[in-house]
Amino acid sequence: MFEKIISHVETPERSAHSEGNFYSKTNTSAGPGMNERIQKLRKLSVETEPSLSIERALHETAFYKENFGKMSTPVLRAANFLDHCRKKEIYLGEGELIVGERGPKPKCVPTFPELTCHSVDDLNVLNTRELQRYTISQKDIDTYSREVIPYWAGKTQRERIFSHVPEEWRLAYEAGMFTEFMEQRAPGHTALDGKIYQKGMLDFKHEIAANLDSLDYLNDPLATDKAEEWKAMDISCDAVILFAERHAEKAEELAATESNPERKAELLKIAEICRWVPANAPRNFWEAIQMYWFVHLGTITELNGWDAMNPGHFDQHLAPFYSSGIADGTLTRDQAKELISCFWIKVNNHPAPPKVGITARESGTYNDFTNINIGGIKSDGSDGTSDVSYLMLEVTEELHILQPGCSVHISSKTPDQFLHAATRVIRQGHGYPSVFNPDVYVLELLRQGKSLQDAREGGCSGCIEVGAFGKEAYLLTGYLNVPKILEVTLNNGINPVTGIRVGPETGNPETFESYDELYAAFLKQLHYVVDLKMRVSNYIDRMFAKYAPAPFLSVVTEDCISRGKDYYDGGPRYNTSYIQCCGLGTITDSLASLKKHVFEDRKFGLNRLLKAVSGNFEGEEVMRQTIMNRTPFFGNDDEYADSIAVQVYNDLVDAIDGKPNIKPGGKYHLNMLSTTCHVYFGKVMGATPNGRLAGKSISDGTSPSHGADTHGPSAVIKSLTKFDQVRSGGTLLNQRFLPSLLKKEEDIRKLGHLVRSYFTLGGHHIQFNIVDTATLLAAQACPSDYKDLMVRMAGYSDYFNDMNADLQQEVIERTENNGF
Amino acid sequence: MSSPLTFDIKRYAINDGPGIRIVIFLKGCNLNCAWCHNPESISGKQERMYAQSKCIRCGTCVVACPEKAISLTPEGIETDPEACKICGNCAEVCPTTAIELSGKPLSVNEIINEIKKERIFMEQSAGGVTFSGGEPLMHSKFLIELLDECGKLGIHRAVDTAGLASTEVLLEVAQRTDLFLFDLKMADPERHRNWTGVSNEKILENLKVLAENGAKIIIRIPLIGGVNDDELNLIETAKFVSGLSGEKKEVNLLPYHKIAQPKYQKLGKANDFRILNEPTQESQQQAIAIFQQYGLKASIGG
Repeated sequence: MFEKIISHVETPERSAHSEGNFYSKTNTSAGPGMNERIQKLRKLSVETEPSLSIERALHETAFYKENFGKMSTPVLRAANFLDHCRKKEIYLGEGELIVGERGPKPKCVPTFPELTCHSVDDLNVLNTRELQRYTISQKDIDTYSREVIPYWAGKTQRERIFSHVPEEWRLAYEAGMFTEFMEQRAPGHTALDGKIYQKGMLDFKHEIAANLDSLDYLNDPLATDKAEEWKAMDISCDAVILFAERHAEKAEELAATESNPERKAELLKIAEICRWVPANAPRNFWEAIQMYWFVHLGTITELNGWDAMNPGHFDQHLAPFYSSGIADGTLTRDQAKELISCFWIKVNNHPAPPKVGITARESGTYNDFTNINIGGIKSDGSDGTSDVSYLMLEVTEELHILQPGCSVHISSKTPDQFLHAATRVIRQGHGYPSVFNPDVYVLELLRQGKSLQDAREGGCSGCIEVGAFGKEAYLLTGYLNVPKILEVTLNNGINPVTGIRVGPETGNPETFESYDELYAAFLKQLHYVVDLKMRVSNYIDRMFAKYAPAPFLSVVTEDCISRGKDYYDGGPRYNTSYIQCCGLGTITDSLASLKKHVFEDRKFGLNRLLKAVSGNFEGEEVMRQTIMNRTPFFGNDDEYADSIAVQVYNDLVDAIDGKPNIKPGGKYHLNMLSTTCHVYFGKVMGATPNGRLAGKSISDGTSPSHGADTHGPSAVIKSLTKFDQVRSGGTLLNQRFLPSLLKKEEDIRKLGHLVRSYFTLGGHHIQFNIVDTATLLAAQACPSDYKDLMVRMAGYSDYFNDMNADLQQEVIERTENNGF
Repeated sequence: MSSPLTFDIKRYAINDGPGIRIVIFLKGCNLNCAWCHNPESISGKQERMYAQSKCIRCGTCVVACPEKAISLTPEGIETDPEACKICGNCAEVCPTTAIELSGKPLSVNEIINEIKKERIFMEQSAGGVTFSGGEPLMHSKFLIELLDECGKLGIHRAVDTAGLASTEVLLEVAQRTDLFLFDLKMADPERHRNWTGVSNEKILENLKVLAENGAKIIIRIPLIGGVNDDELNLIETAKFVSGLSGEKKEVNLLPYHKIAQPKYQKLGKANDFRILNEPTQESQQQAIAIFQQYGLKASIGG
């Protein structure tokens, strides 16, 4: 008999109390990070305040002034990009191994006046608001106001769009029935496949040249357009090569005066790398990361596509370079980890470009949603995890920075060891990694018409949206406020907040005799608003194809070169437009409340309920409490509520899915993402029949309404898997856990089992919030919002809400003592 | 057969046996421990619970009560215990669930249906169902029926018991139980009687027999400062457990938390918590060390 079985797992066992102390803080340490270099770079990245750079806008304005009208639009865009790459300030920071910044220094964000031009007012707000501030000097504001703003007046993409939208669209938009993504930023959601590790820009230039040579100007009616697009793509390749070469020069320049021989050697190495990539395919691990980074910067400098850019399955792309480096002794595990750390910090150096107009006043997020996919499956269907996957998790845990947000992809083939390593990072409570299910999203992609290989090479970018990486333009067109549609239905097409008509007359609700009648009216409103949104999204889509093509992004997206078409013009192999439906929990609970109390139990008449709702339940607290406590709500594995959710979900799919967008073969699909939009959507709404008060947030993603789920995470999971998630392009489930539920190593494993269960049942995505003291305090202040918060003691569990103030205080103190 | 009352069903239970479990709490107990975390589990009858913190003083219950037993007070409501027949009308109409009736006569089928809902989680985690209480052995016929049904479904079955039952019943249950979570409060019979109302002689005998019959057992000991965390009791307990036949039993120490007070308030039960203390870190460590000396693997929590 063995006394103890010794195992050599790569994730060493460690006691739960050591969680949270994952780096050893010494007096000399500048913060987390594997060594001094990483600590310093991280510190700089974290502590630097985001600022605005007007450099790009100045270059662009000057370039447009001189060249607008002299070249075709694609060539103008590419030449503008080249011009900026030629002139922009090059930054190469102390100790950096991966080089390149979009702005003149870390955390310095350029503006994109061709899309939306910030006003002086906007810049002042950005400079002074409390949250998500972007600093800018008065001198720069003056320059902007003098040089940039006058030129773009009336010429921006945003103005082009808003001057053409129909009145009924504007009314619905202003009512908050939906949002429009493309009015502020270029359509994005781009993740790359593996091609840039096989081919360099010179290879792409060859392909482009061959296409140009074989153009049939006599018979191909699109020949001229294609030629212009190819010329533009070719120029954009030159731009990125030039951008890299200027870094090589900078590195050599710094090396000439560098006194430290080690750093001098590094700088010369950097110069060598920047002369090789992105012109050529990378030859080793370091070059592969730098290759991606130049491509990343190229795409986000050319335009400001939503959700920055994403390397896709980065661990899978880097794995061959890692293995060969380790095998031939040119790379060590620590070197690889250091390079990954440098890359992570680079991503963190790039906050999202700030918005304009009303939204500039609201706090947004610095996060630009670069979502690195770790693990998952390979294109041949085999397990995609490798040593690099574990390294990336390690770096994520160690650095705990805002960006990149990373996700782990757990297929049925993923080893438990990897899942466990991931749940340990989740345990830290930073909200990442989020967890995705390739077995389901591959089905989603197949259903949308992707080939098996393309589907398997796909994944999730941004938040939860699924796409065929490197081969698809999958544009998010905006969020749909589904509960608001019910609100409008209950007011016969009028927005009760303003009294303005925003939908068709679908009947005075007081005349509805059955739930089915009410639901039918809701469906009419739904179809009306979806069609309205699509009509304008299609139009905006064309505006981007015409006025803001993205030749560089087109170079790295499959089939754009062979088709001679831009990323925004149907060039990619697949073209999807997504509408993100928000508030499934709120709409389900509202319908359940109406169905049960009004039409079945006849507890209160529809009139009385509608009156209470429009009066924000004032004087109707008994009714509100009855609704909140005596209605079957979504998220409790309850057939009554869940069947309503299934019906709503299916009807959303029917209203949206499969409708053509205006690109060849392109279609609309839905996903169930809300990001932070559920907060905005709640603000534009009065109270809802589920007892939610006016202005309060609606439910997020596909999660249950706040506090509506009272039967624990397994019941939530059961509710969420009653609808067929494969018919969507992504769902989102937020789960909140107290750290005390994850005290022991075994508990963390059980969290992994919970994930496996959800995925076996067909779940797309799940993410965990391991709540902290701050949340507990908030829960104390507003208990009804935290009904689902569970506290577990040894052998005994209860809901936090059910505990008296003293005990809550006790738990709060105990939790803190444990170091969480 | 009339069903005993179920007072709670907990899903995603991760501290009551291996894996992810569903715990079925049956009402009624033959012990009356001073530190009981679930005071509503002791009586086998339905009980009315009232949480003043949730009460909005709407008066709905006052109107609904056929006995006119409820009156509004400035803080909430007051119920005349003499007049109240525990009919449950008030709980049914209370909009905030400030008034609840503890205990529902769920049938075997109804409970099995609840258990089935959690199958995927049990299967993924090698978890199962745990029957707890109260004292589940008090409802042995019902329990056996439940265990048999779970057995047919291939679900791992744990029974959380304090062990006070006829040995015959216990062995009957043991044939259908994959794991016992056997609660041991303390070793000395007199002290046991003082704190729980009954002697532990039968309990210890049952545990011995159970072990001799090869049942898989985890020993669970609530550790209460000033009650049973003294060296003498721990040594005696460890000696006894270590002397049980079969493999050395795993011991879970469950430190007492002052957490059940609101439940007592809800039930309108008096309880003097001042005499009960949370065990100190040192006494927890000491307890672990003592069990280790007797070759037993002990850990905090379970």
